[in-house]
Amino acid sequence: MSVCTLFVDGREVSAGAGETLLEVLRENGIDVPTLCNLEGLSAVGACRMCLVAVKGQGRLMPACTTRVWDHMEVTTHDERLDRYRRGVLELLFAERNHVCSVCVASGHCELQSLAAQLGMDHVRFDYLHPPLAVDASHPRFAIDHNRCILCTRCVRVCDEIEGAHTWDVAGRGVKAWVVTDLAEPWGESSTCTSCGKCVQVCPTGSLFVKGHAVGEMEKRTAFLPYLARRRKGTP
Amino acid sequence: MARRIEIDPVTRIEGHARITLELGDTGRVERARFHVDQFRAFEKLAVGRPFHEMPGIMARTCGICPVSHLIAGAKAGDALLAVEIPAAAVRLRRILHLAQILQSHALSFFYLSAPDLLLGMDADPAQRNVVGLYAAAPELVRGGIALRAFGQEIIARLAGKRIHPAWVVPGGVSSPMRAEARDFVLAGIPTALDTALRTLDDFKRQLESHQEEIRSFANFPSLFLATVGEHGALEHYDGPLRLVDATGEIVADGLDPAAYREYIAEQDEPDSYMKSPYYRPRGPSAGMYRVGPLARLNAADRCGTERADRELAEFRALQRGAQLSSFHYHYARLVEIVYALEQIDALARHPEALDPRVRAQAGPNRVEGVGVAEAPRGTLIHHYRIDANGIVTWANLIIATGHNGLAMNEGLLQVAKHFVDGDRLREGMLNRVEAVIRAFDPCLSCATHELGRMPLDVRLVDARGNVVDVLRRDGA
Repeated sequence: MSVCTLFVDGREVSAGAGETLLEVLRENGIDVPTLCNLEGLSAVGACRMCLVAVKGQGRLMPACTTRVWDHMEVTTHDERLDRYRRGVLELLFAERNHVCSVCVASGHCELQSLAAQLGMDHVRFDYLHPPLAVDASHPRFAIDHNRCILCTRCVRVCDEIEGAHTWDVAGRGVKAWVVTDLAEPWGESSTCTSCGKCVQVCPTGSLFVKGHAVGEMEKRTAFLPYLARRRKGTP
Repeated sequence: MARRIEIDPVTRIEGHARITLELGDTGRVERARFHVDQFRAFEKLAVGRPFHEMPGIMARTCGICPVSHLIAGAKAGDALLAVEIPAAAVRLRRILHLAQILQSHALSFFYLSAPDLLLGMDADPAQRNVVGLYAAAPELVRGGIALRAFGQEIIARLAGKRIHPAWVVPGGVSSPMRAEARDFVLAGIPTALDTALRTLDDFKRQLESHQEEIRSFANFPSLFLATVGEHGALEHYDGPLRLVDATGEIVADGLDPAAYREYIAEQDEPDSYMKSPYYRPRGPSAGMYRVGPLARLNAADRCGTERADRELAEFRALQRGAQLSSFHYHYARLVEIVYALEQIDALARHPEALDPRVRAQAGPNRVEGVGVAEAPRGTLIHHYRIDANGIVTWANLIIATGHNGLAMNEGLLQVAKHFVDGDRLREGMLNRVEAVIRAFDPCLSCATHELGRMPLDVRLVDARGNVVDVLRRDGA
């Protein structure tokens, strides 16, 4: 494998050609916030939290879906990038109802932690708060569309790891939402294997195990890289 | 000529309210109304949410007594699960709830009402607050702050945080008590009990100087509603409801809390967002009842703890039958503080206090559940209906302060007739009008209360809208 050399925040870094920028940053202990990305799943560049500035490029690029090239010069943190990331978070918080104080995942939520980490303490935009339902028709799990940020981790884990492809995205733009099968109640899905992977990879309180009270839903994602390797037949 | 006095806002209460007094041609008060202008809509917020979230959501109703909402919400959840929760969980819920009774009563007495009681109803309003009280009686204030802090710290040690913990869940509590928490509780009881008993003794000595207030502060016959425990003992967590009348006789006993709608009717008021429930069999007038510390002491046969029982005997000796003056809410609150400390001590010493089995697991097994707890201010009712998947479809809450709505209005009229003379406004007389409301310790909306900064602007307006007299109290 050929090796290329990058300059990240002025620091010289080596990478294997074909690696994504995010992989290289993580390997070198350089922190970039992510939400939709999860090790073990394909990258989709949906959340825009990992946007970085690459010299010579006219636009910011998502680190998770950008392949590295030799002599790439990358800035991961500056005032503008941090402001944009906070802005992305503000838009996520403004779009649906993310009232942390009464959420099952409060204290264990990636969206909440990122907001705290990046200092997003106000939302400048009007909250949309569309009236969305909780689908609790599944015997063990429930989805609260109010907390969903459309990261599609559930869609990807169900398709790529479980192989069921129960989840998908329906609708467009602000009206997009994740659905089970052909937008049927989850409990009536004929493809769902009730494995619960979607629940574990969901970064917020949107997907949760029923019976959890406020702040009780902790997610476990450590199984995923291991499972992904096993699916590919590598140990 | 008819005139109208408005007290807006009422200070040193929890939440926001306004009082209007209507004066007749002779300048005497003819009508008095207590208005709660804020609208919260928790019953609507609950709809569409999973019932396991209810304790956590409903606790947000109040920053002073979130634990009572947690308990009532979780008990309604227990009813939906149709399970018997582990005995250790019941004990832990009781400790948590009594710790909240302790801190809430300490807040009401020391922070909100003691300035009136110790500095005097006519004291300079700039001084008539907890800061002014500290200058006059630092030991008392320090003791009060310590008592409240102790209650809050017990809540934090058990449930993770002082305000709005989410530890009480349908089926029990989310984690057992740790040995350090129990040791903290037991170590703090003796000092706290000492403070409580000393304050109670001081209060009893001063009763003589408050005779006029005792006579006129919502002092009238009414029914009293409270939960009672085994053998009629004072109870705050669970048990049947009992209704006693002004003579202390039992009107109804062993009432099933889940069937509250059979005997409690709720009426809306055109000028307030507060519901006014009454005892259904007797109608809105004769069915007026009071709840809270006074009602609990009037309804109970005994406290069931040594020192509190001694204090109850003295309290009972004040007057034959039930104690009718709402001024004695203060007295009852102090007795309940003593009771709470003794009871917490006993519960924490239970040999299985640290039992790890604290939660029953089940899915929804009923579609309707009622949870009732005795909040610091009285009987609190949470009632939910769910669909087959456990999503709330309907909710009804009766908040303790609501039960007292009719009595507070009646009490206002009594105190205003006694103290307010329409020809000239005096700050002290209007303070008594507010103080009768404070005696009930209403919790109107759980709005945060900014100490001593609330201005009071009272206008005496004649029937043509001309301002006859204005009294302004600036924020201290």
